[in-house]
Amino acid sequence: LIATFPNIYISTTVQYIDLSINQSAINLQSIMVFEKDLNLDATELRLGLPGSSEESLRISNKRALPDMNDDSGVAAAKKCDQETAPPTKAQVVGWPPIRSYRKNSLQTKKTEAETGGMYVKVSMDGAPYLRKIDLKVYKGYPELFKALEDMFKFKVGKYSEREGYNGSEFVPTYEDKDGDWMLVGDVPWEMFINACKRLRIVRGSEARGLGCVV
Amino acid sequence: MNYFPDEVLEHVFDFITSHKDRNSVSLVCKSWYKIERYSRQRVFIGNCYSISPERLIARFPGLKSLTLKGKPHFADFNLVPHDWGGFVYPWIKALAKSPIGLEELRLKRMVVSDESLELLSKSFVNFKSLVLVSCEGFTTDGLAAIAANCRFLRELDLQENEVDDHRGHWLSCFPESCTSLISLNFACLRGEVNLGALERLVSRSPNLKSLRLNRAVPLDTLQKLLMRAPQLVDLGIGSYVHDPFSEVYNKLKIAIQRCKSIRSLSGFLEVAPHCMSAIYPICGNLTFLNLSYAPGLHGNKLMKLIQHCRKLQRLWILDCIGDKGLGVVALTCKELQELRVFPSDPFGAGNAAVTEEGLVLVSAGCPKLNSLLYFCQQMTNAALITVAKNCPNFIRFRLCILDPIKPDPVTSQPLDEGFGAIVQSCKGLKRLSLSGLLTDQVFLYIGMYAEQLEMLSIAFAADSDKGMLYVLNGCKKLRKLEIRDCPFGDAALLEDVGKYETMRSLWMSSCEVTLGGCKSVAEKMPSLNVEIIGESEQMEFNLDDKQKVDKMYLYRTLVGHRKDAPEYVSIL
Repeated sequence: LIATFPNIYISTTVQYIDLSINQSAINLQSIMVFEKDLNLDATELRLGLPGSSEESLRISNKRALPDMNDDSGVAAAKKCDQETAPPTKAQVVGWPPIRSYRKNSLQTKKTEAETGGMYVKVSMDGAPYLRKIDLKVYKGYPELFKALEDMFKFKVGKYSEREGYNGSEFVPTYEDKDGDWMLVGDVPWEMFINACKRLRIVRGSEARGLGCVV
Repeated sequence: MNYFPDEVLEHVFDFITSHKDRNSVSLVCKSWYKIERYSRQRVFIGNCYSISPERLIARFPGLKSLTLKGKPHFADFNLVPHDWGGFVYPWIKALAKSPIGLEELRLKRMVVSDESLELLSKSFVNFKSLVLVSCEGFTTDGLAAIAANCRFLRELDLQENEVDDHRGHWLSCFPESCTSLISLNFACLRGEVNLGALERLVSRSPNLKSLRLNRAVPLDTLQKLLMRAPQLVDLGIGSYVHDPFSEVYNKLKIAIQRCKSIRSLSGFLEVAPHCMSAIYPICGNLTFLNLSYAPGLHGNKLMKLIQHCRKLQRLWILDCIGDKGLGVVALTCKELQELRVFPSDPFGAGNAAVTEEGLVLVSAGCPKLNSLLYFCQQMTNAALITVAKNCPNFIRFRLCILDPIKPDPVTSQPLDEGFGAIVQSCKGLKRLSLSGLLTDQVFLYIGMYAEQLEMLSIAFAADSDKGMLYVLNGCKKLRKLEIRDCPFGDAALLEDVGKYETMRSLWMSSCEVTLGGCKSVAEKMPSLNVEIIGESEQMEFNLDDKQKVDKMYLYRTLVGHRKDAPEYVSIL
């Protein structure tokens, strides 16, 4: 590309040596937002080669950001474990440049998807009060039923697509996003936990109608 | 000079619609100025503090449509404290008092209160169109006032605003007599909406062409809405989660097939990927597809969807599409002009799924590409040089490497040569955002080659004042320059202060400019407002001229210092 720009004076070597110095010693003040448990003073790195004073090396390059791929000098400043996605990773204010609205949307989705939990109320006919469970905690219907059975001291019957739940007085049902009351177990688990707003364990006699609908 | 009567000139001017052209026309002579100002209906004000509402009203008595922008661009990224300014209320108040019959108001990055919305809704009988982009300060109560009082409302378009959702019945506030809606976009609202009211509203809006729903609108409501509005051109889907074997889903498939006019599709704020096949019938006609809020859609399901979209001109997507997915885009979307790839995991540990490879593939497959926003893990000079060769038509080129000072990973060089190739090849480039490791060199190239450049965004780049000087000296058409975390100081700032009068604004934060330097600019150029923005909590200002300024925002203005600045903003 040098041939394309014949009139430009490029001082290659000098510039890039300067850069490599700047990259390996970094001033972390003023723009970094760290987790509270990081001791900034102890981990502050300064510009410059060993033995040089700070003033003489306050080079115009305000490269105040750790090279995120540099494992050596900066590792001490990052408490994160390189293997897992580190929530303690240093974040620069306003970077990457995406609108707050978009950032918040992603956060909400991530939170919901990972940590938020999906708490739904569970009522059982005849029980004096309701309970709440986190659907995210269960891997599938068997675990959910086991938890409900333990919580309310009853037995879920045997599920079949044709007949609903057989062999039990109690039937698990749920209210979906449309407000309809559905039989638990008809749809794939992922779809169920996304649709379920609350659970209700219905007495067999009432549930007869639901159980027979195919 | 004037061979024609005024009416004839006015008729000729009617054909001149672009703001730039109209502005030029008004400068020709006094009589053209007069004719132009009486016939002008649409005014664009890029910085609300550059002029006052009173002067606007005095000059353009026939004003019908006003566009206003408030906060500087970097406010989008939390670099500007919330109450810095950009209040729309004084504008609405002044317009309401005047005889002006406002019909359209378009606002970007402004603070809009419920009070302003209510005043707006009650003051202009023929008010037709409200567009709010990246605004804040209002609640659904304000929207209720608009719905209730604007009898001839055609357009209510809310894009990415922070709205305090009172879960109200604002939708129910549209009276039964309101049948004029053409465009309704409430995708950014986070709360529940009255679904029955929504259905009835859509039913009585035969002219509805654009409908963008929020997350609270479930699939079965969507199906009902589509049955009532098969004439839609632009659809934003809220929640798209349902059982693919259900009756509702079958009905949805039928409803979608009836919508033969849909050209633009967005939303999928909640998505069940196994339900995407219902969309395939309309994909072939799409020119705009926005999946940037649908992280649940990726991998094969996403690629299959894209493969149906052969006529796509604009694609907004998340980086979980991956380089491979971009390859599919390159093979399928030959008409593509605009691509935006957003990060799905902005603070993740390098799990961003696109690199320079995806970009190269798209540039090779989509020769019409002219607008790019690309968040990626890494970039190489070789890739940028290839992209520059493949796509010489870029008007907007915004590259964001998630690690902002990352060099070329293959050669460890800065990205100067790559961006240099872009500016040299793309002679029509108007907007450029840089990232990655960059020295003064890239700015030399920009100054030399980017003759049409109007907006430049720089972060964590350059070695010295020379970088900024190259740009200020070279880019004759520069209007907006925003810089953060670069080693530019007073020498660069003060070299040519007259230049700033030819620009809309300059933003510099975390650079090397001092208070003394900024004062100097303010002294020499009374036509500029030079604002020093502190932190909202700080009460005292360090008055030492040698002190480095954390945030400086200067802009040309005809009306001097603004009176609504908060305490922590000092206007020099």
